[in-house]
Amino acid sequence: MDLYEYQGRALFARHDVPVLDGGVATTPAEAVELAERLGDRVVVKAQVKVGGRGKAGGVKLADNVDEVKTHATNILGMDIKGHTVEKVMLTVTADIDSEYYFSYLLDRANRTFLCIASVAGGMEIEEVAHTDPDKVVKLPIDAGVGVTPEIANQIIDQAGFPEDLRDQLVDVFVKLWHAFVAEDATLVEVNPLVRTPEGKVLALDAKVTLDENADFRHAENAEFEDKSAVDPLEQHAKEQGLNYVKLDGSVGIIGNGAGLVMSTLDVVAYAGEKHGGVKPANFLDIGGGASAAVMANSLEVVLSDPQVKSVFVNVFGGITACDEVANGIVGALGTLADRGETVDKPLVARIDGNNAEAGRKILADANHPLITVVETMDAAADKVAELANQEA
Amino acid sequence: MAIFLNENSKVIVQGMTGSEGMKHTRRMLKAGTQIVGGVNPRKAGQKVDFDGQSLPVFASVQEAIAETGADTSVVFVPPAFCKAAVLEAVDAEIGTVIVITEGIPVHDSVVFWNYAESKGNKTRIVGPNCPGIASPGKSNAGITPADITDAGPIGLVSKSGTLTYQLMYELRDIGFSTSVGIGGDPVIGTTHIDCLKAFEADPETKAIVMIGEIGGDAEERAAEYIKAHVTKPVVGYIAGFTAPEGKTMGHAGAIISGSAGTAESKKEALEAAGVKVGKTPSETANLMREVIKGL
Repeated sequence: MDLYEYQGRALFARHDVPVLDGGVATTPAEAVELAERLGDRVVVKAQVKVGGRGKAGGVKLADNVDEVKTHATNILGMDIKGHTVEKVMLTVTADIDSEYYFSYLLDRANRTFLCIASVAGGMEIEEVAHTDPDKVVKLPIDAGVGVTPEIANQIIDQAGFPEDLRDQLVDVFVKLWHAFVAEDATLVEVNPLVRTPEGKVLALDAKVTLDENADFRHAENAEFEDKSAVDPLEQHAKEQGLNYVKLDGSVGIIGNGAGLVMSTLDVVAYAGEKHGGVKPANFLDIGGGASAAVMANSLEVVLSDPQVKSVFVNVFGGITACDEVANGIVGALGTLADRGETVDKPLVARIDGNNAEAGRKILADANHPLITVVETMDAAADKVAELANQEA
Repeated sequence: MAIFLNENSKVIVQGMTGSEGMKHTRRMLKAGTQIVGGVNPRKAGQKVDFDGQSLPVFASVQEAIAETGADTSVVFVPPAFCKAAVLEAVDAEIGTVIVITEGIPVHDSVVFWNYAESKGNKTRIVGPNCPGIASPGKSNAGITPADITDAGPIGLVSKSGTLTYQLMYELRDIGFSTSVGIGGDPVIGTTHIDCLKAFEADPETKAIVMIGEIGGDAEERAAEYIKAHVTKPVVGYIAGFTAPEGKTMGHAGAIISGSAGTAESKKEALEAAGVKVGKTPSETANLMREVIKGL
């Protein structure tokens, strides 16, 4: 989960990383109220999970409360690269002497953590790495040891941070590491980390990604979840424990296992090339098992997407045998009818694997007008794409 | 021969007494796996009955090894306890630990991987978030359905469980030496490359199926390895061509970040290494069929 800057800043503050005083507002009136507490000069920053907000006019300096109101009014509701600004963050201002770059992240290729630091901050680190690679230091961090003051000193030496900031930087680097570990982050990035003319080190930005697999030990971070920004169908699916990703095509997809479902999307898109370019409408992995209840919930979610014209149920029966899967599909249509849901989209089922014959027979015997059973995945994808194209 | 797991492997189950552990221990026994016991400190000394076969529960992996000579452990414990379970297995220097559990925090995986490395990688870690290893006709350690296929000349390595089953099922008339599910997490123990290396050295394996998916650069690196070191024919399949950027597709590791980790890049890398890549699982199976015919 990517955090907004104001959430990342709150998380830094929780771990005593020095940040500027500030707060967040969702209306111009709230922004004014906040500015009155913070003092005369404040920065008003659009809160969006995308870069380039400065260029888009989403970061403004205000010298008085009237300007705060004007900027907040302009920025709230602004569209930045397809993201609508729902909140603005206000902070007091800081004079900047130098800008640095600092981050800890998961290095999946090397199966370790990595520190990236540079005395050339304030711009995209990829750009610095490209134009001035000597200025970017990358240091693997041993998970068993972590960032001790000794390691922090090594980072300072290698990156060439100013000597007079050493004590402050050691402190900040160790605290950021504590935040990275304690919060189960996969990215903690400060760009820029600044030095003020008075020689104080401050984190002026906070980019944080948290590992959702660790949510179970971070109840306190549940508040970071931004339900308003999540697609309502995805939110609805999540509440039912379903792994669903909304896409923009017209063929609803239900399958078991992440790999097989991804593959199903590809095969449908591939088949769609021959049927008016139809594409998959979603990713939905029902995982192991395929009970009528899970299948009914899945169908309900997929069919509540108005763009869906046909549905492909693609299940490989492994430990859950195909006859159980077939009973799940038939049962699901019954369950949906009982709930008063209208199912009026054609459904193509391909079930293969353990006890496939028995499963197909159950579907054939049910003789449901909406269900077509196709034996292979490729032929089923072709059929479901054809149906979506006809319905369109 | 097979790789990593064979008829002589003595398997213990960490988390055997939990519901998933019980269900899959029963299945694995039915498949002929030599399971010699389970580990659960709170139930140590008890016996658990599986359709007439009684298995002992040990207090620790170390005790289980001392009592039974176990060389392989399959982990079914819940995510919150997996780090401790794997660290224990590594400390006991068991040969292989197969982590089936899905949903382990990545910090925990990095910690146990770094720990195993610091101990000289005496323990092979497979997974997490994987279906395990199956050597048909010999042994089955994990959740791969056992009756999909018989033994044969194909070796398979995959990030995905159901795609593994699909390919094994489509090629069941030819059969498999070993299938290794390496898992769909961003940080895993055994990699595509480790399996390619082992299959290359295994006389029973004549050809290799490699299944990958979006996220990371493991497939690209495997392609480099194939180009330099693998003489046996390799057929590939990559899932996730239609996946959008920045969205996790079911597996925690299946995410395109910026322009990195795309299916297209993986396919191109594999093809540049001389690997035939199928457009669909069935086409991939057919490519392998051709390869086997030509041997």
